[in-house]
Amino acid sequence: MRENLHRFFRAARGAGVRVSPAESIDAMRAVAQVGVSDRAILRDALLLTLAKSQDEKLALGDCFDLFFSQPEPRQEQAEADSEDAAQGTDQSPSSGAASEAAGREPTEGLGPLAQMLLSQDRNAIAAAIASAAGAASLSDIRYSTQRGIFSSRILDAMGLQRLRDDLDALTATNPSLAERLRAGLDALREAVRDTVSQGLALYAREEAENLRNDILRNAPLARIERRQVEEMRALIRKIARRLRERFSKPRKRQRRGHLDVRRTLRRNAAWGGVPFLTAWKRKHRDRPKIVALCDVSGSVAQVSDFFLLLIHSLHEVVDDVRSFAFSSHLIEVSDILETKSPEDAMQEIMSKVGFGSSDYGSALVDFEKEFMSTLTPQTTVIVLGDARSNNLDPRADILRRISERSKRLVWLNPEGRLAWGFGDSEMPRYATFCSVVRQCATAQQLERAVSDIVATYQ
Amino acid sequence: MADQKASTSIEAVESGLAAQGYIASRQIATAVYLSQQIEKPILVEGPAGVGKTELAKAIAAWRGMKMIRLQCYEGLDEAKALYEWKYAKQLLYTQILKDKLGEVLGGAQTLHAALDQLHDFGDVFFSKEFVEPRPLLQALEQPGGCVLLIDEIDKSDAEFESLLLEILSDFQVTIPELGTVSAITPPTVILTSNSERDLGDALKRRCLHLHIGFPEQRLEERIVESRVHGISQTLRRQMVGFIHEIRSLDLKKLPSVSETIDWARVLVLLQASELDTEIVKDTLNVLLKYEADIEAAAPQVTTFIAKAARSNVFG
Repeated sequence: MRENLHRFFRAARGAGVRVSPAESIDAMRAVAQVGVSDRAILRDALLLTLAKSQDEKLALGDCFDLFFSQPEPRQEQAEADSEDAAQGTDQSPSSGAASEAAGREPTEGLGPLAQMLLSQDRNAIAAAIASAAGAASLSDIRYSTQRGIFSSRILDAMGLQRLRDDLDALTATNPSLAERLRAGLDALREAVRDTVSQGLALYAREEAENLRNDILRNAPLARIERRQVEEMRALIRKIARRLRERFSKPRKRQRRGHLDVRRTLRRNAAWGGVPFLTAWKRKHRDRPKIVALCDVSGSVAQVSDFFLLLIHSLHEVVDDVRSFAFSSHLIEVSDILETKSPEDAMQEIMSKVGFGSSDYGSALVDFEKEFMSTLTPQTTVIVLGDARSNNLDPRADILRRISERSKRLVWLNPEGRLAWGFGDSEMPRYATFCSVVRQCATAQQLERAVSDIVATYQ
Repeated sequence: MADQKASTSIEAVESGLAAQGYIASRQIATAVYLSQQIEKPILVEGPAGVGKTELAKAIAAWRGMKMIRLQCYEGLDEAKALYEWKYAKQLLYTQILKDKLGEVLGGAQTLHAALDQLHDFGDVFFSKEFVEPRPLLQALEQPGGCVLLIDEIDKSDAEFESLLLEILSDFQVTIPELGTVSAITPPTVILTSNSERDLGDALKRRCLHLHIGFPEQRLEERIVESRVHGISQTLRRQMVGFIHEIRSLDLKKLPSVSETIDWARVLVLLQASELDTEIVKDTLNVLLKYEADIEAAAPQVTTFIAKAARSNVFG
């Protein structure tokens, strides 16, 4: 049982429930208390000790059901017995004798696996598969591509080689028995394949997810496939949660600044200016204020979409975000993003300003005319776009004024650095007025960029 | 305590709690049983009004123990939760000491000798007599054990969590001037949280994690039965069915068990024999606490009553 519990803990880790050694000890103690006879109680006990949140409870519950969905040998044995008994009473004695005769066929000289298959002892076969799976350390399986190798390892551990020899020998001497054995082998292969699939589902889920997320994280956002959009949104939400956790906790950091000479002198006037009591200036810390200008013209739209999703799911950290979208004409989109679901919001934004050819000059003119007053010395302005203005006037002078009015001006460009300045890219001209210019094509770069921006306020 | 019932099995817990009017689901009973067996605190999470605090009260009543409650809030600190020095008494003590100083130091010739004698005198300034125990320390000092309820832990600051860790894992606290105070009998600790913020992993690791959600229909009917007397079975079924329909709506605050009980009491007071549109609309404000919620639910009332009545027939 202890072995089984350890395997279950591994499976739980595979399902994304963090099980520490201390928790596994607790779970062991709990199981020792409640016993293993009642599965429902066992499930409750494990859920109570291992899972630490509602999500984890759900994941662990599924994991438990999957883990213990393997047929329990003992019960099956009983069933099989009763079936046999039923058959024995129903059928005429002659057929019973016939099957007995079949059983008495010369199986001596065959390997244990062959005998097992021929005797059709499901219970023994299941047990053999389980122990072979243990020997092949099935719980180390990580990727779906490993299914083949684990299947063959398990079969080898069960004595496939000997079985092959037996088969060869029998084909010559006893073809009908060989036929039965071959059918048995096919069934065995299937059973092993199922076992491996189950093992994969149990132990490899998180690893596979990590791998997928890793690939996704480094995939260029602009060229993402339609079917991956949903996964990417989930990933962005995850990133947002991580950033929230990191930055939303109020950190107590030394806020004492330089000595405040004026107040110190005044406070110590009674002692003739000898500074008994000191007064210190306090460092002022700003709450993050972000103004985001996002290009939603064809090539950059997808990146802007994810960026807006990220920045608007950071409520706990950034309490003041205003977003603007443009391709040639610029509008404010904060309300749309706040009130609608990400999909609907993006659709509406696109229908309003999307799909035009981008004109950074006129977008900047629009911003200056209507929204320049939103900028304060505490604001970080983020511009997301490829700075390809179709050879129209870039109006870099407006960007300079924006930069002067704000705390920082960050430009995120989905294009690689090599492309900056070539063709109609105005990046070098804009870059002179930006505090930071960085490439931002993948989810990882996006995370870093946003994290750095928020960190400057901490 | 002699009459302290050892809960030998989960069924015993269930029936014991039921005797106190707390109808526990099997999960809850398992959690309570396990927490006694392996001496671990229970962290109860769930929406407001599903009976998290009630659980602690029921356990205390059932096991005949005292319940000590610590209500958490922002800014709660050591001095209010753990212990405090009785400053006024300490001041008085120094005054007395000053008066008696001559006797204590009598005969000392030099300052050095006087200091030596003062050291020998024994320091009671920081001693047990001057400690004012607050709930956490009180809970450790109960000779017969007790139920310690740390209510709404999510409302307290993150620093306060760390203060709790020592108590939760070892049932002891360390007072720098006095040393470590261990529990005479380990208390049964229940922590409740409304998930307003995520609790630290260190705290979660030390607890059994129990999530109490909205109960199933049958269970809720039993809860109403045990809490509200004189309510007919038809009405009970109908109203619980109705509430389950309401919970399927997207509301700001879903009605929980406490609202169900309140509503049942109101219906009994109004002498309703079964639900009808009129009476539901009049009493909807008992169930729903936001104007927007009431507006959202009001148009659905008739359909929900019909649905509840139908499920009643088949159920």
